[in-house]
Amino acid sequence: MRKYSIFAIAREAMRGHKGWDRQWSSPEPRSSYDVVIVGAGGHGLGTAYYLAKEHGIKNIAVIEKGWLGGGNTGRNTTIIRSNYLYDESAGLYNHALNLWENLSQELNYNVMYSARGVMMLQHNVHDVQSAKRHIHANRLNGIDNEWLEPDAAKAFCPPLNISSSARYPVMGAALQRRGGVARHDAVAWGYARAAADMGVHIIQNCEVTGIRRGANGDVTGVDTARGFIGAKKVGVVAAGHTSVLMDMAGIRMPLESFPLQALVSEPVKPIFPCVVMSNTVHAYISQSDKGELVIGAGTDQYTSYSQTGGLHIIQHTLDAICEMFPIFSRMKMLRSWGGIVDVTPDRSPILAKTPVKGLYVNCGWGTGGFKATPGSAHVFAHTIANDAPHKINEGFTLERFRTGRLIDEAAAAAVAH
Amino acid sequence: MSGNAYQGGANRLPGKGRLTPAKTVRFSFDGRILTGLEGDTLASALIANGIHLMGRSFKYHRPRGVLSAGAEEPNALMQVSRDSARYQPNVRASVQEIFDGLRASSQNRYPSLACDVGAVNDALSPLFSAGFYYKTFMWPRTAWNKLYEPVIRRAAGLGESPKEADPDHYAQRYAHCDVLVVGGGLAGLSAALAAAESGASVIICDEQPEMGGALHFDTSIAVNGETGFDWAQKTAARLAFMDNVRVLTRTTAFGYYAQNFVGLTERVTDHLALPSPDQPRERLWQVRAKRVVLATGAIERHMVFPGNDRPGIMLASAARIFLNHYGVAIGAKVAVYTACDSAYEAAFDLQDAGVRIPVIVEARDRPGGTLLEEARTRGIEVLTRHAIASTKGRLRVSSIAVVPAGASGKGRDIEVDALIISAGWTPSVHLFSQSRGKVAWDAESGRFLPGVNAQDCVSIGACAGTDDPVALVEQAVEAGLDAANGAGSEMSGRPVIDIDHEGSDAGSWSAGLVGAVGAPESGKAFVDFQNDVTAKDIRLAVREGMHSIEHVKRFTTNGMATDQGKTSNMHGLAIAAETLGKPIPQVGLTTFRAPYTPVTFGTIVGQSRGVLFDPARKTPLHACLETNGAVFEDVGQWKRAWYFPRAGETMHAAVSRECRTVREVAGLFDASTLGKIEVVGPDAAAFLNLLYTNAWDKLEPGRCKYGIMLREDGFIYDDGVVGRLAADRFHVTTTTGGAPRVLHHMEDYLQTEFPHLDVWLTSITEQWAVIAVQGPQARDIIAPFVDGIDISDDAMPHMSVREGKICGVPTRLFRMSFTGERGFEINVPADYGQSVFEALWERAEAMDACLYGTEAMHVLRAEKGYIIVGQDTDGTVTPDDAGLSWAVAKKKPDFVGIAGLKRADLQRPDRKQLVGLKTKDPTLVLEEGAQIVADPNEKIPMTMIGHVTSSYWSENCGRSIAMAVVAGGRSRMGETLYVPMPDRTIEVEVTDTVFFDKQGERLNG
Repeated sequence: MRKYSIFAIAREAMRGHKGWDRQWSSPEPRSSYDVVIVGAGGHGLGTAYYLAKEHGIKNIAVIEKGWLGGGNTGRNTTIIRSNYLYDESAGLYNHALNLWENLSQELNYNVMYSARGVMMLQHNVHDVQSAKRHIHANRLNGIDNEWLEPDAAKAFCPPLNISSSARYPVMGAALQRRGGVARHDAVAWGYARAAADMGVHIIQNCEVTGIRRGANGDVTGVDTARGFIGAKKVGVVAAGHTSVLMDMAGIRMPLESFPLQALVSEPVKPIFPCVVMSNTVHAYISQSDKGELVIGAGTDQYTSYSQTGGLHIIQHTLDAICEMFPIFSRMKMLRSWGGIVDVTPDRSPILAKTPVKGLYVNCGWGTGGFKATPGSAHVFAHTIANDAPHKINEGFTLERFRTGRLIDEAAAAAVAH
Repeated sequence: MSGNAYQGGANRLPGKGRLTPAKTVRFSFDGRILTGLEGDTLASALIANGIHLMGRSFKYHRPRGVLSAGAEEPNALMQVSRDSARYQPNVRASVQEIFDGLRASSQNRYPSLACDVGAVNDALSPLFSAGFYYKTFMWPRTAWNKLYEPVIRRAAGLGESPKEADPDHYAQRYAHCDVLVVGGGLAGLSAALAAAESGASVIICDEQPEMGGALHFDTSIAVNGETGFDWAQKTAARLAFMDNVRVLTRTTAFGYYAQNFVGLTERVTDHLALPSPDQPRERLWQVRAKRVVLATGAIERHMVFPGNDRPGIMLASAARIFLNHYGVAIGAKVAVYTACDSAYEAAFDLQDAGVRIPVIVEARDRPGGTLLEEARTRGIEVLTRHAIASTKGRLRVSSIAVVPAGASGKGRDIEVDALIISAGWTPSVHLFSQSRGKVAWDAESGRFLPGVNAQDCVSIGACAGTDDPVALVEQAVEAGLDAANGAGSEMSGRPVIDIDHEGSDAGSWSAGLVGAVGAPESGKAFVDFQNDVTAKDIRLAVREGMHSIEHVKRFTTNGMATDQGKTSNMHGLAIAAETLGKPIPQVGLTTFRAPYTPVTFGTIVGQSRGVLFDPARKTPLHACLETNGAVFEDVGQWKRAWYFPRAGETMHAAVSRECRTVREVAGLFDASTLGKIEVVGPDAAAFLNLLYTNAWDKLEPGRCKYGIMLREDGFIYDDGVVGRLAADRFHVTTTTGGAPRVLHHMEDYLQTEFPHLDVWLTSITEQWAVIAVQGPQARDIIAPFVDGIDISDDAMPHMSVREGKICGVPTRLFRMSFTGERGFEINVPADYGQSVFEALWERAEAMDACLYGTEAMHVLRAEKGYIIVGQDTDGTVTPDDAGLSWAVAKKKPDFVGIAGLKRADLQRPDRKQLVGLKTKDPTLVLEEGAQIVADPNEKIPMTMIGHVTSSYWSENCGRSIAMAVVAGGRSRMGETLYVPMPDRTIEVEVTDTVFFDKQGERLNG
């Protein structure tokens, strides 16, 4: 793999950039692989990368229905943070955050991880209690998260309206300074390039149509648009489509799939320095390096596999944005889009073995999977390679919905009194 | 033309165009005062004044002029303002109409448009290849955040964001119609007329100030004996006069959603010098149509060749609009570079207006029909199979170098002061594609056309690939009649629309996708002007393995600028396909996403601002409580009285006084926000048996019971007191925040799981005002007002409900307590709430009782260990965890959550259980949310065994009190645990949850 650097660019600049290699190849599939990963998003490509790099498994294919990075990896608002309440979640997301900090160097691909701070606004007494509970738990888990009074929140994010006459005045905010954003496409491309360099096959435009099991019930491979591809182990990492794929192996997943929308404004000069989230008024916003305001909306009320959502969801989100940031009322929505998110009953992911030997699943990230990408991929690779979970993802089992040992991050904030 | 002192700019041609010379408008551009004509766009007025330099590009800061005369404009973006708060960045000069006092300024340049230091990027452009930023800025690790990113961010962006709150207001309308026609050109107007005259209800919208579409520039078409544009205006007026038609100009259909739901944005005042303050700036139309007729036309593409971005180089159709509509000549020596016949008409129009056409550079072997001969007859030199190899001119094109196609070398220089270009037309299938319809590649004409419909819509005219005006009108009329027919209209109103077309031969809009064929590799041949994406960038992306068009787009940012690739996407696709050696349809097409053109946030928000953002819910007693000095808090959508400070009192002092007074005398509390649901029917008790953990069969009419509701997973969802009014009628109360979702939850189960039950559910939250009277004197306070109810302890014990009268109005009177004191909750019809409250309060005040708010309520209930769902529980707490296993009926065969409760983890003995906590230092009040550990000396990460859920100073206990959930808490009574805070660790003792009146004697005290 040719090393990327300013010197390489300078050399190429002198000869019209003719010398760059393909970042990943498009090989013909082999008849079988040691591991087949279904889904070439960040989590899937990352899994292949760590399998090859840390577990010595090189005979891997990542099979993708469309184009790599074209699912939720390329559709999310790229918020990264790790200030989760429960030990299990904090462990997983903080593992990811630690990997984010070195990911550009690790992959030799600038993923533009920007630790500009994620500020979560609190608008009522109940919000404040919940935020403080997170902050205390985070502190004892060694995760940065601090309380800001309204003035401090305004200082951190000048466009914020902290007027006490706002419909839901800001009573304070929880700030994780290490939180931020990254360039989503670069994450998929960086992992793809680095994995392909170690011999991983990335096979795009190849839909998986079946998961085959042998006489003993174990996985033997996948049927695809390009024929049967054998595999000793199969990892399903296909957000938005997990239920359909797992059903092919006879496993009914505890998932519901919803359209989730996001939008960007026209680009403007830097005006918004950080990431701001508000659960109470339902808005998520940051500004991309290109200058666009990147705004996350909520899910539709009804389940659907259509990657589009209703205008009223966008309306609700922009209502909230203009309420918190009245200066943005004259900004313009440039582009909106939707993705499909798989939601589990406890809003935490499933990163685990399955009842079918040789079949593994990584799903259920709901609206917030991007932030976990490197951590998720890292521990999922471990789970596949060892046929046993990493200590960090031990709790994120499929069985927990049967035993009731849930990791209910949403519960702590979702039930208002 | 030079030296012409004609009104509205030196380049305005007398007798040309449709604007009125007498109606002048003064505006400014970069501080310079200029004159234009009413009806001018910024672009037409600037060109009329000889100004072609209008902007700078995003990345290389290249000088740019206007490319188009419409919504597809990538280059001429400006900051436009009326005053400091009414300011707008990134406005397309080709769309913004001028008005007296408009201030426009160029953006993304420093210090000035003509001299921009950012242009250094252009010199460094060999380094700034597509996606270069993914390959560098990685060392040292921390420099991305501290150095590279801030610099990149400052260089990026276009205009400045608004800095002040928006003073304008916006309106929203919903509309239904039989037929929505999008686009008011020849096709759209014809379809609308046919549908309207057949009796269908019609909405027709067009983004321009007047209807007409391509008739703005195409003067070769006459309709019914008059010019096409005049026919369009008359037809629009005729339509507007009809009761069943709404004509919307300056209105863009921006989004096509499910079930024929289309979003339109109408620009109401942005073109007016003095808008009325009553007028909204913009209006959002949300239209649901039985049939959508898409007549969205086509967008001309530019030619991709080195140096194709200099000011003065524009689309042929744009030059024609500037000439034929605005009466403005774009130059005096205008060359043509084309692969499409329609550019010849532009050249001929210009020549007829006195503009010199030094050359037509024709990329093809020859143009269609007799155009070549006609051009030569006119004395215009036509160079077929030629290309432009380069251009010159720093701030405006001054010459072009022409070479035979495929040849290298410097070529022949031709002096020009403008250049018009055309590579053919792209049908506007944006909305069709947004509707989830599948576009299909038409190999013959080399373009994507609407294929399989996903919704009830029809595409007509240029957007459907129909170029010939006669065929187009026929198609449009049929579409209009069919739409009306489909909507049930039985009239037939086939309008007469006779076309007389004098133009060149048919097929003139079709040129196939040429991409950058024939363009030399040297120099910058721009595909996407705004984002500075060149043909080389596209090729580089392909070379680096970006073989999906979506990858090409994202890697190069082609088509991601504010114009969303209206002129660039097809070129990008053609160049990628050529580089890959694949047919175009195999490379794919990027998704068309809403909105078609950018839409103002404020328009989408409409009235949902300030108090209307989420209307506050106020109880019937709100005004009385306000009069009595209440401070309110937000609880969900409600405003609830938080506490009642007297003069000089702090919140702490007020709450302490309220708590003390309730226990010593009595207090009045507004409990109106509690959710109330009336559950009625023969199976009402059976239904409650299924929804609550408790058993309801044995509850006698007239008695109440505390009920707990679980989710399917076995965790507490809501709670509240339920009163049985009659065998078949229950008055159910819920938490304040839970009311809507509890009703939803009940309806969900009733309709899907238990449809056999004969039960009706009605929300009655807002029908009743509820006044809680709590304290030893509660009965004495209410007694004189109660009529027809025996409220003695014997007749009406704790947890009973009676119907009767109070203060002469009907009441549902509950004997219940959330304070541990003797208490009543008086439900009266909402409209009587205030008068009943005033009567009660007058007496209560005289007896030295108090008003108390939610904070005192919280303290009083915590003293008694009563939980608040959502505070002491969080969706992970079972009834047993909360110490409420007594409320779970042991013998019931089924209730929602019964299976969930039986799961292994919910039966674990070491689950977190609700306990009381007392700080070793009684004056110390714990922080709610603080975490609890058993070993204070453990290193981080510490093992957290629980957290503080409620914590207060209790005036009545004379110390702080707290509730907490702690792992195995009930077996830890008396244990010392620790609450580590940032500055110190607090010792606490585990206790039971009842801190006051452990025997519960005061309920009847």
